[in-house]
Amino acid sequence: MTLIETLASVRPGTALSDAMEKRAEILRLSEAAHDAVLLPRDPGGLSHGLRAALAARMARQNGNAALAGHYDTLVAGANEPATASLADPKNNVSGPRLAEIVRHADRLTLAPRDATRAHVEALRGVGVNDADIVRLAELAAFVNYQVRVIAGLKLLGDMR
Amino acid sequence: MSEIVHTFTTTVPRWQPYVVPVEFATATEEQHAAMQTTPSNKGISTYVLTLAHDPETLAVRSPLFNLIMYGKDGLASSERELGAVAASVVNRCVYCAAVHASRFTAQTKRTDVIDAIFADGLDATLDEHLQAIFDFSARLSPTPPEATAADAQALADVGLNELEALDLVLSSAIFGWANRLMHTLGEPVKE
Repeated sequence: MTLIETLASVRPGTALSDAMEKRAEILRLSEAAHDAVLLPRDPGGLSHGLRAALAARMARQNGNAALAGHYDTLVAGANEPATASLADPKNNVSGPRLAEIVRHADRLTLAPRDATRAHVEALRGVGVNDADIVRLAELAAFVNYQVRVIAGLKLLGDMR
Repeated sequence: MSEIVHTFTTTVPRWQPYVVPVEFATATEEQHAAMQTTPSNKGISTYVLTLAHDPETLAVRSPLFNLIMYGKDGLASSERELGAVAASVVNRCVYCAAVHASRFTAQTKRTDVIDAIFADGLDATLDEHLQAIFDFSARLSPTPPEATAADAQALADVGLNELEALDLVLSSAIFGWANRLMHTLGEPVKE
């Protein structure tokens, strides 16, 4: 079972679970996307530990404690003390590069509409390269997709 | 001289990245492979070359996007486009809104619907069926999501079955993804 299916916990034998069966390839690709953004073979300048901590943070900002719990498990597995505390949205770090990455991750999750060219320039200014800027956007974009699929499935599942 | 487009429009602008896209000629084998499938099967755009900086994700995202938006059965294509427009209004992705509003009107000839949405945003008044779809998608889009049981019930009340409602969840959610790329990695310009 994919992570989205586990966390949405749709009752088997319902019309909604039949519909999800028809969309099995979409759920499978969603799981593959999870692995590509959280556990890439080439993480670039964003370590697996940082990705997991930011994903947990994004899940919390979206009010999804169960999903945050999943990412906390990845944070623990990565065993990277320098980034683990970022899983809590109240925390930031002092180093300029990482602090700017966290600020941008928060913006991408909470208020993507406010994003401007200046924010990309600020990331470049602290040494984040263009490939990592794209990787960070994909990470935030994916987690926010996943949050909305789970939220929507729960609403549909509770109703029927 | 290019002029940045700040207001919603159905005239599709050009998307200009803030970062330097990958150059096709010098891209790696993995990047070329990831660019084989493109969103909306539109060819290798500047957008795809930008996303090629993360080929592992791009290789999965393009087929996922296409299955969600262009799958054959289930929710009408135009109604998936409306879900995309709602998310794009919440996230203020002018480029995404232009592309998907244009598709909605091409399929339905309902320019009045897009006129109302671009004029009144989230307060737009639509007919009952489209209102239920628009409102559900719009309320799923903020952080944290604000959609309620009543918003889901409204979908059933206007006749969406489970598969159609699921398709709407997916098409709204995939624009939570697309908007966070298009609107944060570049901007829409007209020449």
